[in-house]
Amino acid sequence: MTAAAVITGVGTVAPGGVGTREFWQAACAGRNLLARITRFDPEDNPVTVAGEVRFDAGALIENRYLVQTDRATQFGLAAADFAMADAMFEPPALNPFAAGVITTSCVGGAESGQRGLGKLWRYGPHHVSPYQSFAPCHAATTGQVSVRDTMKGPCGVLVTDEAGGLDALAHARRAIQRGARIMIAGAAEAPLCPYALAPQYSARMLSESADPDTAYLPFSHGASGYVPAEGAAMFVVESAADAAERGSRPRAVIAGHGATFSAVAAYDPSGEGLAMACRKAIAAAGCQSQDIDVVFADATAVPAADRAEVTVIKSLVGMKVPVTAPKAGYGRAYASASALDAATAVLSLEHGIIPPIPALAEPIDELDFVIGAPRRAELRTALVLARGYGGMNSALILRRPGH
Amino acid sequence: MTKRVVITGMGVTAPGGVGVPAFWELLTAGRPMTRSITLFDATPFRSRIAAECDLHPAAHGTNTRDTRWLDRYLQFATAATTEALRGSGLNSVEEDEWRVGVVMGTALGSATLLEQNYMVMSDSGAKWQLDHQYGSPHLHLAWTPSVLGAEIARLSGARGPVHTVSSGCTAGIDAVGYAAQLILDGDADVVVAGGAESPISPATVGSLDAIGVTSSRNDDPEHSCRPFDRDRDGFVLGEGAAVLVLEELRHAIRRGASVLCEIAGYATLSSAHHMTALTTDGRVLAVAITQVLNQARLGPAEIDYISANGTGTRQNDLHETNAVKLALGQCAYSAPMSSIKSMVGHSLGASGAIELVASALAIDRGVVPPTANLAAPDPDCDLDYVPDTAREHRVDVALSLASGFGGFQSAMALRRLDSGRVETSRL
Repeated sequence: MTAAAVITGVGTVAPGGVGTREFWQAACAGRNLLARITRFDPEDNPVTVAGEVRFDAGALIENRYLVQTDRATQFGLAAADFAMADAMFEPPALNPFAAGVITTSCVGGAESGQRGLGKLWRYGPHHVSPYQSFAPCHAATTGQVSVRDTMKGPCGVLVTDEAGGLDALAHARRAIQRGARIMIAGAAEAPLCPYALAPQYSARMLSESADPDTAYLPFSHGASGYVPAEGAAMFVVESAADAAERGSRPRAVIAGHGATFSAVAAYDPSGEGLAMACRKAIAAAGCQSQDIDVVFADATAVPAADRAEVTVIKSLVGMKVPVTAPKAGYGRAYASASALDAATAVLSLEHGIIPPIPALAEPIDELDFVIGAPRRAELRTALVLARGYGGMNSALILRRPGH
Repeated sequence: MTKRVVITGMGVTAPGGVGVPAFWELLTAGRPMTRSITLFDATPFRSRIAAECDLHPAAHGTNTRDTRWLDRYLQFATAATTEALRGSGLNSVEEDEWRVGVVMGTALGSATLLEQNYMVMSDSGAKWQLDHQYGSPHLHLAWTPSVLGAEIARLSGARGPVHTVSSGCTAGIDAVGYAAQLILDGDADVVVAGGAESPISPATVGSLDAIGVTSSRNDDPEHSCRPFDRDRDGFVLGEGAAVLVLEELRHAIRRGASVLCEIAGYATLSSAHHMTALTTDGRVLAVAITQVLNQARLGPAEIDYISANGTGTRQNDLHETNAVKLALGQCAYSAPMSSIKSMVGHSLGASGAIELVASALAIDRGVVPPTANLAAPDPDCDLDYVPDTAREHRVDVALSLASGFGGFQSAMALRRLDSGRVETSRL
């Protein structure tokens, strides 16, 4: 099991950027892109601020897929397109059975689900659309990408809460190590509808601030929970040998992954599980914690969870390694949050630039947070962290090819 | 040394019985558990039949809080996990908790509980904006299917990888396959894996009505699910859960566990054809079967039993029959192949795991369960489907199949451990 899996393409759909270049520019600019929700009228809603994607579905998605997909799947289809173009890969693959798809999300096609429920409960069974049988399902994005792009190889659908974006990449690597030639892997999430948001309020993790500038302040004394967002990040993953043969450019090596569970409700304040996930990832990558050049933090902005994360980072890499959380500028897009972080990490390794946390006036700790402006740095190894509300922890090590 | 993955414990909650003994008795008696839906008033719907579980959660490990706040599929999974862990003799205190994982499959997660809350919060669908104050105070325990993996992890004392798989109707097999991969890749020594589902709700019944894939034999529920029969008219929803304790062979030997059988091969592919329709030729499923045989280093003649996906839809049964013929050639005719969905219905993401339990029992007991309600076989479905009566038959290798929306096609081979083979497989 030694075939190295490399990322050869990155595709993103995020608040501030539909398309990888746009996303990267917005992340580096460090602007705050959060705003009052427009997807529905948030009056009377505890949460009124979110990170929304400006997405022209009609321009990006073929009509026949448009009518039968949720917004989340549309994000996924578009992000997969961007990733494949980035990898200079045009489907179908020569051998479709060696090309597979693995995606993850927390809420699947919740908005389509709500529309279907509305029709059923308001007007009765005869008003339910045939697409209702699959559009809201978590499996829809993997299914639609595989159908559109004729990918008949190993397929999968993971749900590990926020950690999913990293776990999907690890799972794609498993498929590559078992003989797949090319995998599309990533996350797609569109949770900005009442049916996806309402069930979360009882957890008290979301920011209820109405001021977009201060609603999401991870690692700050003013932290009051996270701001939800939507988006997708998809990757093209290949074995290093196949990438070389195809002449595609390896952008990053998926070097190591660790997943653990914290058997504590919500975010474990001890950080023990997250620390173990990091140790597993580092061991799997065959490197040392001193090799880590940048940390992409989970950054929940839930005070106890932020403190736990700071403790884990500090004990792992000390005070001198830069730590960033660009998502503070565009929100936490659930399973896509960690996938977007992994995308940012790949681009950071490539450009030697760390995008910042837009604003952090009163940090809770003296870690080397990258604040306000992007920072140039010689980057070889990045650590990406993610935690799910249910207790899932995930850590991913990405390395610049040749290092 | 190459690793091997074995099953050391099993638990099941299925229509007609909680626990492996009741489940097996029902299957070998060939008794259909399909009935008119009692969980809600199904009068307005086209299909009004389902195979429902009669579980008393408190008697099977679910506390009062969880009975109230957790959806039915979590209660089913709790009962199945409790049984599987007890059967495996696994002592979580003696295990390295970071090396114990969980992978559970579900297609819909807490959709049933969410729908009930939606109905109240939306004033029966009248409002797009939902009034969350009318929802359950613990609704966050329902909002994503990863709750399933987390609940089972708490019950199992697992602190390694804890994942939920939501690949629709193949999720049960896929969860077990993924779990086996975690063990082979060295990410865990023990993984508690399976599937759980409680889909019998107005939304699910309504959306399946809309594409006409469920049986409308409402006046004869007991005989409604008729896989491979000429008069089949669709599948019948079921519910339930099954959980298997998987571990690395040497780990099982070291702790003196009794081994039920080995997971010898697993593949999941996508037909990349259509989100709900299947091709008649069954080619992609055939490729999945062939990949499984290659991993397990088995020839087509060595398959002793096939646990069919056998949903009882016009398309599936033909697709599956042709896939098996394509993969096994003439040997397809000599391997008994049955569908227990004829008795316990189609529990979506749970069914793959429930059927793996049935396959492991077939190996263990030397009996293959029948396909109920197979009165007049479809002339195009001409394999040995074990009609109506269970059959004594030595099974060393069982092949379990699943196929679902999104085009997913999954296959897994289980093998008796003492069947004289020492080769290792690479799932």
